[in-house]
Amino acid sequence: MKINDAFFGLVLAILGGLVLFTVRSYPTIPGQQVGPALFPGLIATGILVCGLALIVRGWLARKAAPWAVPGEWMRSARHVAAFALLVASVLFYIFAAQALGFLPTAMLILWAMFYVLRVPPGKSLLIAVITTLAIHFMFYKLLRVPLPWGILANYSW
Amino acid sequence: MWTAVSQAFFMVFEPYTLMVMVVAAVYGLFVGAVPGLTATMATALLVPVTFFMAPVPEVAAIVTDTAMAIFSGDIPGCLLRIPGTPASAAYTDEAFALTRKGQAEVALGAGLVFSAVGGLFGTVVLIVAAPALADFAIRFSSFEYFWLVLLGLTCAVFITSDRPLKGVISLFLGLMVACVGLNNPGGFPRFTFGNAEMMGGIGMISMMIGMFAISEIIRYVVDTRPTAELVVDQVGNVLKGQWILAKKYPVQILRGSVLGTAVGALPGAGADIAAWMSYAMSKKFSKEPEKFGTGHVEGIVESGSANNSALAGAWIPALVFGIPGDSITAIVIGVLYMKNMNPGPTLFTTNPQNIYAIFLIFILANIIMIPLGILCIKAAKNILKVPRNILMPVILLFCIVGTFAINNSVFDVIVMLVAGLIAYLLEENDFPISPAILGVVLGGMLEENFITSMIKADGNFMAFVTRPIAASLAVVTLLVWTMPLVMSRLRQRRLA
Repeated sequence: MKINDAFFGLVLAILGGLVLFTVRSYPTIPGQQVGPALFPGLIATGILVCGLALIVRGWLARKAAPWAVPGEWMRSARHVAAFALLVASVLFYIFAAQALGFLPTAMLILWAMFYVLRVPPGKSLLIAVITTLAIHFMFYKLLRVPLPWGILANYSW
Repeated sequence: MWTAVSQAFFMVFEPYTLMVMVVAAVYGLFVGAVPGLTATMATALLVPVTFFMAPVPEVAAIVTDTAMAIFSGDIPGCLLRIPGTPASAAYTDEAFALTRKGQAEVALGAGLVFSAVGGLFGTVVLIVAAPALADFAIRFSSFEYFWLVLLGLTCAVFITSDRPLKGVISLFLGLMVACVGLNNPGGFPRFTFGNAEMMGGIGMISMMIGMFAISEIIRYVVDTRPTAELVVDQVGNVLKGQWILAKKYPVQILRGSVLGTAVGALPGAGADIAAWMSYAMSKKFSKEPEKFGTGHVEGIVESGSANNSALAGAWIPALVFGIPGDSITAIVIGVLYMKNMNPGPTLFTTNPQNIYAIFLIFILANIIMIPLGILCIKAAKNILKVPRNILMPVILLFCIVGTFAINNSVFDVIVMLVAGLIAYLLEENDFPISPAILGVVLGGMLEENFITSMIKADGNFMAFVTRPIAASLAVVTLLVWTMPLVMSRLRQRRLA
C-alpha cells in the first residue's frame, strides 16, 4: 500500500515535535552542560526537518502521486482476511496465552491461519496439533521456556 | 598465540559444536532455498534457540546458517526464477536462462563452487585484516569512535540507497528507538511512559524478528501473484565443468571476491548489494557483454563469489569496532553483547581463542558447503514443493514463541508485531530498512561517545578534530555527506 510522502512527513514532524517537547524537562548530568536530553533532542530536530521536507515533496508531487494507492491485495477479500487474521493471531496470543495456555492458543492460531490460507481442513487440524506439540516440546522441555499452561494447568506434563 | 589457536581448535572440533554446525547447515540450506525466507530471517529465528548455547557453538550456528542460505538462495532462482534470498536476485534471470537452455547444473554448480571460493577468500581477508585493524583501533578514543560510528551510519544511508532523504529518516527512527530506556549517560528513564518493561530499552532481537520475519510473512499473505512452475525434473552433475570455468574466469573470481569483501565490510551494505554491483561490473568488463542475460555463466561466477565473500567481510568492522557490516552481523553484535563478548579491539587481546574459533568456523563452513550443497541441489525438487501455506503459519508461531523465550515476556511479542507492521509499511513506501537497523544497534554507542567527547571537549568543538585520525575520519564523513549534492550539481551543469 503506497501512501503519499506528505502523510509520512506529517507523522514524522509531529513525532519530532513531541520528542523535542518531552526532552525539555530532562535533567543534565550534575556539573555538566550536557545530559540525556541532548542526543534525542538532536535526532528529533533531524526528524522534524526531514518530516517537513517530506511534506513539501509530497505536496509538490500530489498530481503524480495520489494520497493513497491501495495494494492489489486490498481488493481481494481473501488476502485482506489473511492479513487481518495474521495481526489478530499475534494479538490473540499476547492477550489470551496466559489465561488459555500455550497449547490451545497455538493450535487455534495455526488452525485459523491454515484455514484462511486454504490448507485442506483435515490436514490442517493434524498439522496444527503436531506442530504445536513439537514446538512446545522444543521450547518447554529442551530450552526450559516457561510457556503458560492456562486451562490445562491440572494436566501439565 | 599458538596456545590460543590450539584452544580454538578444541572448541570448534568438539562433537557438540560440529553437530550444531551440521544442523545449522541443513537449516540454512532449507531456509535459503524456500523463496520468501531470507538469510537474515533465518538468523533472527535462530537466535532464540542458540541463545541457550555457549558463545562458540552459537556463533558457529549463525555463520554456517548464513553461508548456506546465501548459496541455496540460488536454487529457486535457477529453477523457478524466484530468488530464494535477495542476494541471489542479481543473477536470477541469468541462471534461469541457463536452465531454459538445459544447463541448470552449470548455473547451480557455479553458484555452489564459487560461493565457497568467495567465502574462503573473504575469510582470508577477515583473518588478516581484523587483528591488524584491532591493533590500530586499540588507541582510539571517544573522538575517533564518534566519527567512526558516524561514518558507518553515513555509509549506510548514502551508499546503500538511492533515496538519501528516506534513508536518513530511517536512520533517525532507528537512533530514536535506541534512546528508549535507562541506558544513557544520565541514567535517566527516557520515553518509557512509566512502563517498567521499557526501562531496559526496546529488545533488539524481538525487533529484528519483527522486521525480518513478521514483515516477510505479511508480504506472503498479501501476495496476489500466482505460484511459479518448476521447469526441470532432474539436475545433472553440478561439479562437472567447474574446474574449466575456474581456469577460464580467474580474474572474475578474484574481482568478485575483492569487491564482495569490501562491500560487505561497508556498514549497511551486505551480500545483496555486493551481488548487484559485482554483476554490473562483470558485464562492464566482460569481453562478451552481449551474452549477458541470455544464459551466460560469467556473471554468475563473479557475483556468486561476491555475495558469499561479503558475509565474511561484514564481520571485519563488526568484530573490530562493533559496527555491523550488514543486517546479519547487526544481529550477531546483539548476540555477542548478550554473551558478554562485547565486540571491539579488546576482544582480540583478552579472548583471542574466541576470535580464532570464529575464523576456523568460517573456513569449515565454506568447506562443508560443497558436499551439503550438492545434497541440497539433489533434494531441491522436494524442498521447492514444500507448501508455503503450511510453512508460513508455522514460522509465525515460531516467531511468537522465540520472541517470548528471550525474556519470558509477552511485551517482546508486542514489540515484534509493531516492528513487523512498521517495517512492512516503510518498505512498501520505499524507505530502506537497513539504516534503521544500524541506527538501533549503534545508537547507544554513538550517544555514549558523543556525550563523552562533548564533556572532554568542554565546549571547544575543535577538540573533535585535533587528533589526526579523528580529523581524517571527520573529513571522509563530511565528503560522503556532500558527495550526492556535488554529483547532482555536476550532472545539472553537464545537462545545461
